[in-house]
Amino acid sequence: MGQYIPSTKEEQREMLAAIGVDSLAAFYENVPDSVLLKEPLHIPAGKSELEVRQMMETMSQENKVFGTILRGAGAYQHYIPSIVKYITAKEEFVTAYTPYQAEMSQGILQSIFEYQTMICDLTGMDTSNASVYDGASAAAEAIAMCRDRKRTVALVSATTHPDVLATMRTYCYGAGYELRIVPEKDGRTDRDALEQALTADVCCFYVQQPNFYGNFEDCTALGETVHQAGVKYIMGCNPMALAVMKTPAACGADVAVGEGQPLGMPLAYGGPYLGFMAATSAMTRKLPGRIVGETKDADGNRAYVLTLQAREQHIRREKASSNVCSNQALCALTAAVYMGTMGPEGMRQAAGQSMSKAHYFAQKLAAIAGVNVLNQGSWFHEFVTELPVSAQSVLNALEAENILGGLPVKDGILWCVTEVVSKEQLDKAAAIIEEVCASCN
Amino acid sequence: MQLIFEKSHAGRGCDLLPACDVPEVQLPEELKREQPLRLPQLSETEISRHYSALAKRAHGVNDGFYPLGSCTMKYNPRIDEEMAALPGFTNIHPLQPENTVTGCKQVLDTAKAYLCEATGMDAITFQPAAGAHGEFTGLLLIKSYHEARGDIKRNKIIIPDAAHGTNPASASMAGFTVVTIPSGPDGCVDLNALRASVGEDTAGLMLTNPNTVGIFDSNILEITDIIHQAGGLNYYDGANFNAIMGVVRPGDMGFDVVHLNLHKTFATPHGGGGPGSGPVACKSILQPYLPGCAIQNSQKEKLQLKAFHGNFLVVVKALTYMLTLGAEGIRSACEGAVLNANYMMAKLKDLYPVPYGKTCMHEFVLSLEELKKETGVSALDVAKSLIDHGIHPPTMYFPLIVHEALMFEPTETESRETLDEAAEVMRELYQMAHEDGAQMHDAPHHAQIKRPDEVLAARQPVLRYQWKQV
Repeated sequence: MGQYIPSTKEEQREMLAAIGVDSLAAFYENVPDSVLLKEPLHIPAGKSELEVRQMMETMSQENKVFGTILRGAGAYQHYIPSIVKYITAKEEFVTAYTPYQAEMSQGILQSIFEYQTMICDLTGMDTSNASVYDGASAAAEAIAMCRDRKRTVALVSATTHPDVLATMRTYCYGAGYELRIVPEKDGRTDRDALEQALTADVCCFYVQQPNFYGNFEDCTALGETVHQAGVKYIMGCNPMALAVMKTPAACGADVAVGEGQPLGMPLAYGGPYLGFMAATSAMTRKLPGRIVGETKDADGNRAYVLTLQAREQHIRREKASSNVCSNQALCALTAAVYMGTMGPEGMRQAAGQSMSKAHYFAQKLAAIAGVNVLNQGSWFHEFVTELPVSAQSVLNALEAENILGGLPVKDGILWCVTEVVSKEQLDKAAAIIEEVCASCN
Repeated sequence: MQLIFEKSHAGRGCDLLPACDVPEVQLPEELKREQPLRLPQLSETEISRHYSALAKRAHGVNDGFYPLGSCTMKYNPRIDEEMAALPGFTNIHPLQPENTVTGCKQVLDTAKAYLCEATGMDAITFQPAAGAHGEFTGLLLIKSYHEARGDIKRNKIIIPDAAHGTNPASASMAGFTVVTIPSGPDGCVDLNALRASVGEDTAGLMLTNPNTVGIFDSNILEITDIIHQAGGLNYYDGANFNAIMGVVRPGDMGFDVVHLNLHKTFATPHGGGGPGSGPVACKSILQPYLPGCAIQNSQKEKLQLKAFHGNFLVVVKALTYMLTLGAEGIRSACEGAVLNANYMMAKLKDLYPVPYGKTCMHEFVLSLEELKKETGVSALDVAKSLIDHGIHPPTMYFPLIVHEALMFEPTETESRETLDEAAEVMRELYQMAHEDGAQMHDAPHHAQIKRPDEVLAARQPVLRYQWKQV
């Protein structure tokens, strides 16, 4: 069946003869006989393209694709313009390796340079790397940028996404530094507790903006508190919110990271997504992974190369700032094409509409007897409600109508609304929820 | 060529979203963005042409020969891409209820069964996003294992000097001290050096087999046994798995944990640097420590490498590939890769010395040290000259134990003619080095750019476009 091997059996025999060996077995002489496989792997026989297509399509149809999605919690459904999918499907982009050979890879390198510029613009920061695996690993790598010999404790706000927190904890466990949680108060970081926690061994403080509950934190004030203690300040930002909210640079962040998935990537059961990382000039050489820079070629023309490689694993080995090698380049390209297509106005619209619609939905829900919206103050496109009934009964009723409800959390349900959901859909969802709440009274 | 920002005209754009159908909410002043976004403003035509122009200045394996050693640049089948774009996969939220993601579970379970079988392992995680991420994961499994047994003094990881740079970097990130052992005269692990380096502080060994000079280490069973006897565990770097799949399994060679690069061995594309997928398979003794997803399980003690369940769509592509190949196809791919590498090496080794081994596995390393002494033409000059012939250069100056190294990995998806042509070009370049080597110092001559000034790039970093002040 399909193996993508051009050579025929006859050609292979001729090639063996040209090498001067009798059979393929000759190449495996070094493999101890006791471990050479004597029978085929227990994997089904290969299949035709048509059969494989049918199998994969059947599997994909076993999943439920919801018509309306009111769930976020780290993965957000935004409108993806058609052109994004077509450009990012070009084989030259899809099937290239990391652009080690600049003379043959200017297109890839320039696209990354443009991506870095857009991330800098979005965050207000001075520099960006070429991406890491996702927002959670970006947050974990940001901590590694901040530690030094004396300062080995990372502070993280309790309002952080649980997966991001668990990822940071894992990276800290690996490298042997401590992670301490700064408690929350009424859905936001407890600033008094933060002040108490800023001991001399603390290297950094991480806060998510907007936070896990959708609330905007007072990031400027948090930054001032952190910097007064001589501690580095990391902000994890939703890139869509950055179209309208105060940038991490203006809040005083030393490092800004985030999950880039809202910038043109589908939900895709969690990946591939995009970790973006941006920093102040002072922190640039601590950034992990690839960075593209502008230079000149031998004729004096503008050219792009991978640069500042003295930070990286293939040069520094065990002394490298990170082991990152492959990143999420095609996802970075996706984000760049998305931002280029949306433009400043389209980004502002998508962010503004997501926020407006979420607030509209929250008002509708708040009008239902027994439902409380827990978010106080300013929040973006996610909010938490308390319910008079079990979260599961509400979610089941919504699922029956092809609506993915919010995520069950400790105090109720965490909802998310984006620009793709219409007022009509929101009204319908609110009516279903009202009915469930009423039937239980 | 111009940057996308230089093509921007204020007021241009695309019409993508309807007017807002609910009352608009504004942020309070103190939370508002301090200045408007400065993204480029272009029409859809301009965006389309900009990226078409960039694509023409890129080279993927589906465009031409790409024998980049250790990177396994095999053809990336189109069906794999199409299956990963099915709406039943792309439109699934990672936190959907279990009963609505049966298809995703089937993909992961089937891929798990096949990959565990191919590696000889018992369990797997798909969370790691790339090979290096997998290495980090595997090492944390080893760390967790020793700690759970109260064996807390095991803080050293042994790594041969020929290993990929990610190995020591990953070990360091996982909190281990790296013990580097020299390669023997045959390019393989020096058993005596290994024996001398193990002890009560040995956490484990990281090894790729075949190694980075393309040789299968015939002492592999002794090597893994020495580590086990010392109380350590064996980590298999799966970067070179294409050389052995279907023929011999890491689990049978004494390895306890392995990462695979689905974006190498299992034909998923590299995307200009990612996304990859670096699943980690392990023996049952390490299974209890495999990572989880905190938001779904609220198990705070579990390892977690990134949010959610890994680069799922990449796994869809790899599974499509495995279903297509089947058991026989997997073995044939491996044998085809080894045959192609040996064929190309046989056509070159009379001119370019092969420092280690008579035959190779899926890749081979040439040393251009002699050529450089004779003619002044370096491995870099030869590599850059290949670009003028439309061939992507091999991996250069790696492994570090070979001077003026060029490492070729043709893969099984190349035809004999492609290998013949590439070998012919390499022979011509050898001639040219002797006759007119000077001009090779400036190669490539017909590429998108001449050689870039990398020193300038690093000394005066320009890492973003600066908008002109208006």
